[in-house]
Amino acid sequence: MDIDYVAEILEGSPLAMARVMTWLENEDERARSCMEKIYPHTGNAYVLGITGSPGTGKSTLTDGVTWQLRNKELTVGIVAVDPSSPFTGGALLGDRIRMTRHSADPGVFMRSMATRGYLGGLAQFTRGAVKVLDAGGKDFVIIETVGVGQDEVDVMRVADTTCVVLVPGLGDVIQSMKAGIMEIADIYVINKYDRPGADQLFAEVQFRVDQDSSIKDRSWVPPVIATVAVEGKGEDDFLEAITAHRTYLEQSGKLLEKRRNRIHEETLQMIHHELFRIIRERLTKDSRIEQMVEEIMNHKLNPYNVVEKVVDEWLPASRLK
Amino acid sequence: MAEKKIKIIVAKPGLDGHDRGAKLLSRIFAEAGMEVVYTGLRQTPEMIVEAALQEDADVVGLSSLSGVHNYFFPKVVELLKAKKLGNVLVVGGGIIPLEDIPTLKKLGIAEIFGPGTSTDTIVGFIKANVKSK
Repeated sequence: MDIDYVAEILEGSPLAMARVMTWLENEDERARSCMEKIYPHTGNAYVLGITGSPGTGKSTLTDGVTWQLRNKELTVGIVAVDPSSPFTGGALLGDRIRMTRHSADPGVFMRSMATRGYLGGLAQFTRGAVKVLDAGGKDFVIIETVGVGQDEVDVMRVADTTCVVLVPGLGDVIQSMKAGIMEIADIYVINKYDRPGADQLFAEVQFRVDQDSSIKDRSWVPPVIATVAVEGKGEDDFLEAITAHRTYLEQSGKLLEKRRNRIHEETLQMIHHELFRIIRERLTKDSRIEQMVEEIMNHKLNPYNVVEKVVDEWLPASRLK
Repeated sequence: MAEKKIKIIVAKPGLDGHDRGAKLLSRIFAEAGMEVVYTGLRQTPEMIVEAALQEDADVVGLSSLSGVHNYFFPKVVELLKAKKLGNVLVVGGGIIPLEDIPTLKKLGIAEIFGPGTSTDTIVGFIKANVKSK
């Protein structure tokens, strides 16, 4: 049974989309030619990133936004990332549980992805999965990151609008003033607003937003939205904020700028990944890396001259400057 | 090519609130290096098959303790085939009377694991019978 995966993806076939995502995850060679062919058909979906600490309600909010979008008859693709075990490589992917009401809706495609050791809050091939959904005709693609700490900010490099979800009880005002996760938000969501301390957190985040306005030139001031996701409260405000940010990006020309930066970064990253893959493969194939390790252990070599040697060997052109 | 992972959907079809076993097995599969999608309680066969489709699952593990296996398990197999997912390995467990097992196997459930089955047996069976894609 031969399937034309490219044609099927462009028609939105879930089977084809799912399979190519698997190929991406496995770095299967079949992924590449598919991705090349679907690439011209990407760039139409609006990409929303939802990030926050574990248990803040990212999946439930994703479910809520999806519901709102479906009510407007927009189609939705979801990529939800959960962590892989650093010990066994296995993963328990639990985001689907919060989204069961969409599971029989053909307008929603939801894929769980394990990080497989990739840091930064996403999986290595989350970007690729987003493109597959985009080419498959989804109006919106929502990326739900793994539960993050302070510094996993990759989602902002993939999403058009980045939403940071916070809940009361995790820290004082200084936490909200720090760099990293707190500065990537286009929209702040204070979820579990029925819990004690929610008002205070709201004020602290608003304080940060106000500070930012005096520190940097900001044509977009991130709104702070209060939600109780399990009850669906605040979902409509959330969607309104997303729509407002999208309008802002489109009208200011920032969307194009953002996407240009994304292509720049992504291209470099892909080159990096491919070069590394090739060199790693060659070094491991004839156990050369093991010999090098041995010699470094015995102080005959050191990692610095090994790097130079390896780069010189595989990329002699780099020394011709 | 990177290492392939077995992706397994763990699902509880029907009105059955007993999920200690399904949750424990989810952990066990993850510990065995698999990527486990736990769908939660009260799933219809359609929901389970849609999950298998979107997740590109290699395996669907069904758990039932409420006596509905004779309807739900074969229904999942049937819907998988209808979605061109006939390659997906379907296994079941829970409280399944011994006399039901031959029929279930004939209808496409690859194996049924009852109470007391060693987890090594279950993991071993899945690893040995999963099909490549």
